[in-house]
Amino acid sequence: MSEDVAQREWPLWEVFIRSRRGLSHQHVGSLHAPDAEMALRNARDVYTRRSEGVSIWVVPAAAVVATSPDEKDSFFDPAADKAYRHPTFYDVPAEVQHL
Amino acid sequence: MTQDQRTAPDRFQTLVDNDERIEPRDEMPDAYRKTLIRQIAQHAHSEIIGMQPEGNWISRAPSLRRKAILMAKVQDEAGHGLYLYSAAETLGVDRSELLDLLHAGRQRYSSIFNYPTLTWADMGAIGWLVDGAAIVNQIPITRCSYGPYARAMVRICKEESFHQRQGFEILHTLSHGTPEQHAMAQDAVDRWWWPSLMMFGPPDSGADQSKGHTAQSMAWKIKRFSNDELRQKFVDMSVPQAGVLGLTLPDPDLHLDDETGHYRFGEIDWSEFFSVLKGNGPCNAARMQHRRAAHNDGAWVREAATAYAEKTRARTAAGAA
Amino acid sequence: MSAVATYALRLGDDALVLSQRLGGWITRAPQLEEDVALGNIGLDLLGQARTLLTYAGEAQGAGRTEDDLAFLRDEREFLNLHIVEHPNEDFAVTMARQLFFSTWQLALHQRLVASTDEMFAGVAGKAVKEIAYHRDHADQWVRRLGDGTEESHHRMQAGLERMWPYVAEMFAVDDLERALVEEGVAADVSELRGEWDQHVDAVLREATLTRPDDLATPPGGGRRGVHTEPFGYLLAEMQHLHRSHPGATW
Repeated sequence: MSEDVAQREWPLWEVFIRSRRGLSHQHVGSLHAPDAEMALRNARDVYTRRSEGVSIWVVPAAAVVATSPDEKDSFFDPAADKAYRHPTFYDVPAEVQHL
Repeated sequence: MTQDQRTAPDRFQTLVDNDERIEPRDEMPDAYRKTLIRQIAQHAHSEIIGMQPEGNWISRAPSLRRKAILMAKVQDEAGHGLYLYSAAETLGVDRSELLDLLHAGRQRYSSIFNYPTLTWADMGAIGWLVDGAAIVNQIPITRCSYGPYARAMVRICKEESFHQRQGFEILHTLSHGTPEQHAMAQDAVDRWWWPSLMMFGPPDSGADQSKGHTAQSMAWKIKRFSNDELRQKFVDMSVPQAGVLGLTLPDPDLHLDDETGHYRFGEIDWSEFFSVLKGNGPCNAARMQHRRAAHNDGAWVREAATAYAEKTRARTAAGAA
Repeated sequence: MSAVATYALRLGDDALVLSQRLGGWITRAPQLEEDVALGNIGLDLLGQARTLLTYAGEAQGAGRTEDDLAFLRDEREFLNLHIVEHPNEDFAVTMARQLFFSTWQLALHQRLVASTDEMFAGVAGKAVKEIAYHRDHADQWVRRLGDGTEESHHRMQAGLERMWPYVAEMFAVDDLERALVEEGVAADVSELRGEWDQHVDAVLREATLTRPDDLATPPGGGRRGVHTEPFGYLLAEMQHLHRSHPGATW
């Protein structure tokens, strides 16, 4: 066994759980596991002890691509002034139903 | 000045002041990050070291129902440690680094776990008092400014509500059982009461306001109440509960202050607190030795799993080529 | 004592004693995730034990509760297999014990689902899902330890050798069980061996491990209350508090 393997911590996995049918998977936290099979099992043991899930995803944390804080303004601010995308932007006479 | 021209620290403090959450990839002051890593790690370490005093009684629980409850509770604590390490890792540290710091004695865990669990009634006293104090401490952290820590704490508080109740139930049963059982319960409360009050940390209000990290942590909204406020809240909750249990609290100065509606309590022996903190408690050495042994004895298992994962990857790659 | 009560005690004691052993791993597992996993398995087994012991008490008809049976019987009255009372030793020994026992227990409960005794059928219906997970947990670890590092391979092989002598007892049938099999209450454990071999051999092959040789005269006697020496200590620890306060409630 190389020194290298001995020292290395098991990789980090992000855990997503569907709490019941009809809902999306939601990020619940992370854990360490040597591989995907064990990551799924550990996720089941750690994050669903109280029947919190009907389906689990695990994703290597290293595989998650995220926006960086530097890009934040250019990514998200342009959407802020497009109020016309939201239904509340429009005036509708009070007597109109089902709109 | 418009939003965009603000400097990073300003943007950070504005978010905090507006009660918004700081998230992992946000810019944050170095000191904020360091404080959080230290606090979350200490909290995580407390969960896993805290498994030991109760784990001590799993094999001897006096009924199968109690055995199941205790096993589930100690197992929950491992889970809570994991949630917290996971929150700490979002700040750019590895769990293995944090565990190394714990094993090297360079990061702390709550001093309360350096007291021994001598009788079954200690399972009751820990649940009622230690978990009770922990919950009072933790509920405000569900609104902490750092998102991952706050979210971990929501999960933990939800799961922990049964921990305190099972402790109360143990003591209630013992207190209303045989004379020997009642004495066992009283002895446990006598031993755990003062250390529980110390769990909130040294005084940090009034004349002591500038001591410790309280002021800065409050400005960052990592902490929402002073140690003294939380301690008072805990005492106010506990005194009537002790009455229902039919047990006394070991403090001759304890009395209701009619003017404020708060219970006044006696002097806390802070020299004991600092002595235990420095490593001179009855179980400091044993707790660390137990933890290090588990870690070291498990090294070959962790290495094996890593080696297997690498072999499997190599085989899959070779198969695909 | 009725045959049904005895059978419930046998299965209940298996689950209780193994749960007691697994509880010993909590705070000592190789990784925190494993503290949680072994805790889950221990809790499942404890749940099975409580239902079975309660049923045994009812079937005996003498008003004994699960706790009376767990805490007030002596060594010679416990009817569990030797394999479950074996000390944890290292993680490899524990995983060998888990693989052997849960493979057997799963095959057994898959048959008990069809028991003419509603209670056994009900327990089995719930237990098969739990045990399938326990067996998978053991499969995963035996593969990783067997095909991991040189050290883990040696330890896992040694773990198999250590636990192998206790395998034969799991498949031995006595008159009591034979009669219950006739009535459709119990499952015939002697019929489980082929299936057990198939599963265990497949795991060992993948794990690059060697199947140990069978002993000419394997030990046994658990079902008659004849146990190994470490078992007395397990009971002493488990029972002392309960016994120190006769008649107390907890």
